[in-house]
Amino acid sequence: MYDDLSALGLRESATFDRATIHGIQRAATTGVYDIRGWGAKRRLPHFDDLLFLGASMSRYPLEGYRERCGTDVILGTRNARYPLHLDIPVTIAGMSFGSLSANAKEALGRGATTAGTSTTTGDGGMTPEERGQSKTLVYQYLPSRYGMNPDDLRKADAIEVVLGQGAKPGGGGMLLGQKITDRVAGMRTLPVGVDQRSACRHPDWTGPDDLTIKILELREITDWEKPVYVKIGATRTYYDVKLAVHAGADVVVVDGMQGGTAATQEVFIEHVGIPTLAAIPQAVQALQELGVHRQVQLIVSGGIRTGADVAKAIALGADAVAIGTAALIALGDNHPRHDAEYRALGSAAGYFDDFQDGRDPAGISTQDEVLAARLDPVEGGRRLANYLRVLTMEAQTIARACGKAHLHHLEPEDLVALTLESAAMARVPLAGTDWIPGAHP
Amino acid sequence: MEALTGTPPEATVPATVVDLGSSSVRDLNQALHAPDAALRATHWRVLNPRGAHSVACGLTEDLSVDIEGHVGYYCAGMNQRATVAVHGNAGVGVAENMMSGTVRVRGNASQSAGATAHGGLIVVEGDAAARCGISMKGVDIVVGGSVGHMSAFMGQAGRLVVCGDAGDGLGDSLYEARLYVKGTVKSLGADCVEKPVREEHLAELAELLKAAEIDEDPAAFRRYGSARGLYHFQVDNAGAY
Ligand SMILES: Cc1cc2nc3c(=O)[nH]c(=O)nc-3n(C[C@H](O)[C@H](O)[C@H](O)COP(=O)(O)O)c2cc1C
Repeated sequence: MYDDLSALGLRESATFDRATIHGIQRAATTGVYDIRGWGAKRRLPHFDDLLFLGASMSRYPLEGYRERCGTDVILGTRNARYPLHLDIPVTIAGMSFGSLSANAKEALGRGATTAGTSTTTGDGGMTPEERGQSKTLVYQYLPSRYGMNPDDLRKADAIEVVLGQGAKPGGGGMLLGQKITDRVAGMRTLPVGVDQRSACRHPDWTGPDDLTIKILELREITDWEKPVYVKIGATRTYYDVKLAVHAGADVVVVDGMQGGTAATQEVFIEHVGIPTLAAIPQAVQALQELGVHRQVQLIVSGGIRTGADVAKAIALGADAVAIGTAALIALGDNHPRHDAEYRALGSAAGYFDDFQDGRDPAGISTQDEVLAARLDPVEGGRRLANYLRVLTMEAQTIARACGKAHLHHLEPEDLVALTLESAAMARVPLAGTDWIPGAHP
Repeated sequence: MEALTGTPPEATVPATVVDLGSSSVRDLNQALHAPDAALRATHWRVLNPRGAHSVACGLTEDLSVDIEGHVGYYCAGMNQRATVAVHGNAGVGVAENMMSGTVRVRGNASQSAGATAHGGLIVVEGDAAARCGISMKGVDIVVGGSVGHMSAFMGQAGRLVVCGDAGDGLGDSLYEARLYVKGTVKSLGADCVEKPVREEHLAELAELLKAAEIDEDPAAFRRYGSARGLYHFQVDNAGAY
């Protein structure tokens, strides 16, 4: 169709492209801003803009299936009596029960446990399905405190204090009324069917000095057993990571602007925060300057899709990564078999991002019992475990090619950049040069 | 920990005394959390808190803890079942996210008293500062004096009784928490309205005041609650968001 139109000499505006025109028309019709799930859809400097320098003459590689390449990671070594020891450095990010169905949460727990990694609760509290199926479960401590319960806190293996998400740094949460069923409402102490707003600030502390005291309280309540993470959306990452470390974080989670969300204003998703690629070197620099790189662990999320992304994040200095959107896709989100149903909702397989809407044909971002029953948690867990294994094997493939006996031996020196932007952000040289734009010699 | 024994002359039940002048908050909380209930005293006295944070937080048993002095942040945080009395003032977030039990502050409480608490009773005999009962989820809070601005912000459930005055923005973005104020309300927050006081409300107030051991006439209070106008996003309400 596009070709037909260009044959007529018609030209689409780069400034007012078709999606932009549609957005203006939609706003004029409804008078409400667009709310959706998923993460930023615009093109951003990302891991694709980096390449590894494999071994050759000056470095020698490890034998593919013969020589060991370790993948494990220990999180929370700084203060906790029981740090987490995971087999792989890919964790499942916090996604709330409420935004996701109970079956989806259970499937995430099953997949993570099979693959030897952790999963995370979300806004709305801990479900028995998820605790039961997750060997290692991180409990999120969020501004809304929906479903926040000290018994669950004590049942968790680690605590994640959430300051923000990459999709919406500075924003609160939102769960539209159609997803507030009896069970979700009960867990959150809300009337059934109302639009639920989650606060953007914690109700009993503000600023890094208060956070220090809050983290101490969480440790006191749980008798210093559990690692305490602090999760931030990537913005002023260098300063935020320093402040999180000062406040006592054992693990810092940095979520870049590509990070997924269950429901956020489109304008927020696309225009607030910095790309994951830009955030990692800032976070690593902050940790290094404080002398705690690898002692306070860094988990990076926002747009992790492949083992190459995992390897690149680790080479830039992360200890582990977290995945949200990719885990949902592994469960069956956006699968072509639902295409007709996606189209009936005004979307299409590969484009579906209406996680806020509750009518997900894949049965993942819904509370509708009929739809939710479409996702078999055992089968979903198997698919997720498969995917996690592939991510790990891909990352190992790259690490061995770079001559590394553990994923954590990857380093910035193994990387080059394809574009000026990515070279400047990732602080690695432009391929074929020794030039790192912005670096002070 | 030293000073783990000793009976104060004024106490009726022999109390275990912990002096925070010589023991740490960690020692105190560890002892209060000890899993073996039989080994645990049911009445505790904490001396010299001197504004320490997280005193007696995360309790799960039916203990009674008297804290003789001022405490810092998060005293009795996430309390379950225990009865905690602060014979002094309390810092930010006293009894935050409490689930059950009773927490009484004889003096004044700082910001965010009873934040997000799900159950139990909090009594502040003096004044409570801003955001008292913020995001409350079922707790009952009775304040003998006045409360600061944005109290009961986003309050979801439970009851807040204020015997003095309320500051600006009372009950902003309120869900289903019920608010009673005897004195003046400087201003109501978005979607919070005055509602008629009926028999059942007088009865509920009388019960709360009695539980709090505060002598006030229920008939002197006015009631405030959610107009429920912001429960569903509507563009016509944009000015209120
Ligand atoms: C459906 C969905 C629900 C989410 N819910 C939460 C949440 O409750 N708390 C939170 O901190 N982050 C939440 N997130 C963000 C993820 O934890 C994570 O930061 C993000 O998904 C990582 O980026 P990725 O999706 O590109 O992997 C959610 C993301 C999605 C897709």
